[in-house]
Amino acid sequence: MSDVVIAAEKLNVVFDTGDQPVVALSDVDLTVERGDFVSLIGPSGCGKTTLLRAIADLVPLSSGKLSVNGVSPDAARRNRAYGYVFQAPALFAWRNVVRNVTLPLELMGMAKAERERRAAENLALLGLRGFGKKFPWQLSGGMQQRVSIARALSFKPDLLLMDEPFGALDEITRDNLNLHVHSLWRQTGLTSVFVTHSIPEAVFLSTRIVVMSARPGRVLRVIESGLPADRNLEMRDTPEFLRVTQAVREALRDGHSYE
Amino acid sequence: MAARWCLAGAVVLVVVLGMLAFGCSVAALVFFARRERLMERLASPVLFGFTLIWLWEMMVVGLHVPFILLPPPSAIARAFVVNISMLAMDFDQTYLHAVLAGYAVGCGGGFLLALAIDRSPFLQRGLMPFANMVSAMPVVGIAPIMIMWFGFDWPSKAAVVALMTVFPMLVNTAAGLAAAGAMEWDLMCCYGAGYWQILIKLRLPAAMPMIFNALKLNSTLALIGAVVAEFFGTPTRGMGFRISTESARMNLDIVWATITVAALAGSISFGLIALLERKVTFWHPSFHRRNSSS
Amino acid sequence: MNKIIPVASVLVGLLLVWYIAAYFLNAPQAIALMDPDDARNFWLVVQAAFSMDRPVLPTPDQIVFSLADSIFDYPLNSPRNFLLQTMYTAGTALAGLAIGTLAGILFAVGIVHSRVLDRSLMPWLIASQTIPVLAIAPMVVVALGNVGFTGLVPKAAIVGYLSFFPIVIGMVKGLRSPEVMQLDLMRTYHASQAQVFWKLRWPVSLAFLFPGLKVAVALSVTGAIVAELPTGAQFGLGARLLAGSYYGQTMMMWGALVLASLLALSLIGLVRLGEAGLVYRRGGRL
Repeated sequence: MSDVVIAAEKLNVVFDTGDQPVVALSDVDLTVERGDFVSLIGPSGCGKTTLLRAIADLVPLSSGKLSVNGVSPDAARRNRAYGYVFQAPALFAWRNVVRNVTLPLELMGMAKAERERRAAENLALLGLRGFGKKFPWQLSGGMQQRVSIARALSFKPDLLLMDEPFGALDEITRDNLNLHVHSLWRQTGLTSVFVTHSIPEAVFLSTRIVVMSARPGRVLRVIESGLPADRNLEMRDTPEFLRVTQAVREALRDGHSYE
Repeated sequence: MAARWCLAGAVVLVVVLGMLAFGCSVAALVFFARRERLMERLASPVLFGFTLIWLWEMMVVGLHVPFILLPPPSAIARAFVVNISMLAMDFDQTYLHAVLAGYAVGCGGGFLLALAIDRSPFLQRGLMPFANMVSAMPVVGIAPIMIMWFGFDWPSKAAVVALMTVFPMLVNTAAGLAAAGAMEWDLMCCYGAGYWQILIKLRLPAAMPMIFNALKLNSTLALIGAVVAEFFGTPTRGMGFRISTESARMNLDIVWATITVAALAGSISFGLIALLERKVTFWHPSFHRRNSSS
Repeated sequence: MNKIIPVASVLVGLLLVWYIAAYFLNAPQAIALMDPDDARNFWLVVQAAFSMDRPVLPTPDQIVFSLADSIFDYPLNSPRNFLLQTMYTAGTALAGLAIGTLAGILFAVGIVHSRVLDRSLMPWLIASQTIPVLAIAPMVVVALGNVGFTGLVPKAAIVGYLSFFPIVIGMVKGLRSPEVMQLDLMRTYHASQAQVFWKLRWPVSLAFLFPGLKVAVALSVTGAIVAELPTGAQFGLGARLLAGSYYGQTMMMWGALVLASLLALSLIGLVRLGEAGLVYRRGGRL
């Protein structure tokens, strides 16, 4: 069928806060195709997280059309079409790493042997082999977030949604995790939507970068990366990379002067 | 047999409901202190309370529960009015003497003890396990021994209250004195502040939330201690005496009236301490009003 | 481990103070009972003060020996055997604790899942904590006694009511303690309400159940003792305390008090053991 995984048309999300309504998203259009790695970038309050939460059916739409995997976000959630990675690891402290990763599989009623096989596979994918018996608090922040990515992948979703997953980590850890996410995407070809406020991170990971601006939250510009699919950290100093970075920065600046 | 169980179940249920109903005044106090849209927030507990009291009255009358089992609220109200001077005498004996004296000695003693051992980590490490152990023990059982030592009148009850309240205060004050942040401590040291300056300017204010926790906990403990201590022997007045003798005489309306007095006294003192706490520790995060947008 | 020396020294200090106090409190009576010639001999006075039948303050060794006497010299079914009395009180405390814990957990689940219960019941539960619940003990015993319930039922009811509060308050807090993100996560998995409860709310709340249980245990022993006061029965540590008070039997009072404290401490120990087991299973943290 179509290769469009996410299709949003004239999306509006308005929060009723009591004193006056806050327009979190205003007439947002977005198309994500299968195999895309799309980053949403913008200043805080631009609605990038809200957009991701709307796709995940964690926030109700005020108006507009949104389809995920060809069905409504609610139906997509019920089909367990996507894995979601939060700003914090949100691991369950009383479960060890393996049992954290198998949590969604338990909820789906999968047999134990299959659950553990999947967990081992995904932990290996994220370089966490041998840490299965550890408890979350025994791991560093970066490792915890990798566990939460493994958990999101465990039930083989069609779509991976990540909401500033590395925002709380230091830059060195962040580089390392960016490599992990990139190689993950290269290996699985998993359609991904990634919220961030770091320009180099967005450029390094994405095939397309959606630049957003605040009050009301809207899409300013969509920038095609054009960089080769295979990437490494050294690339970040090449003129091609800097050109894309420059484009994103200009788009953000335009949005700012717009206010 | 089955009917007996039914009746007993009804009694237990109604006693539980009744005790809940007596919390009315505190509910009001707590909500007066905290909520913004008062009428809205008060409506459901108040409605619930009236429902309980109504249910109580209806059940007692409707099921023909014998008076000696459970008097209806109307009878309790009557007993309250008729026996007001006796209730006042009991209140004076138990609350104004035993509770207040014991509370003052216990809380003051615990606070001073915590200050006294503050400079000796050795004593702290040694004493704290004992203080924590005592909090788990049935301290009120010491009442007969205190009666033997201090006689039948209120001083023996005050001694029980003091013993019950001293350890919670000691433990909380010690924990509070340790609560000041390392950064603030370093800051004071940078100013060349001495032990007493740091204590008064930094550590005591930082300890206040914990101290108030102990004050609140102790206000409940003190009333319980004084009333229960009277079960072991007292001159012919006092709330504990009244409850135990009138229970034995099946005058349950007077018992419930006394419990009403105890509940009111307990809740009002708790409310006053809570009010004072707000004045003293207004800076504490638990008193910050939450952002309405979140 | 750096606690052992301070604790031991404080313990020795407390014992020393105890013996000195026992000497000064008991000596006047001891001297009055002694031959005036012997009274001039300090060691004889000390001996007499430390071995009186009805001392003002018995020494720790007197308490220990009198307890040992009662436990080993009388058959287990004799009311003079303190072990029997302790078991009796322990039974009341445990029965009530079971009722209170179960009811507390059920109420908490109801409050967390129903807005109506939360809005109407919760303020009352918090408010009623400030009420001297133990004060109604004699009345409950009398009222239930009138319908033919004597013995365990009224006492367990009192203890149950007492231990109910710390459990329900702790559990409501515990069942509400999952982070928003964790709840969102469960939503992305399309988890049912039962799954959210058993996989998330319940395991989180256990960290709050144990502190509540410790408070409940301490209350349950106090409650059991106080509930035994108005029954006029021969059984239970509370009854022993009261009897000792009536007949001026100092050793009986102290024995009952010490055993009641030991009972409370060992029940708390059991809770701690359960907690430690859970902590172990969770890799070192609750």
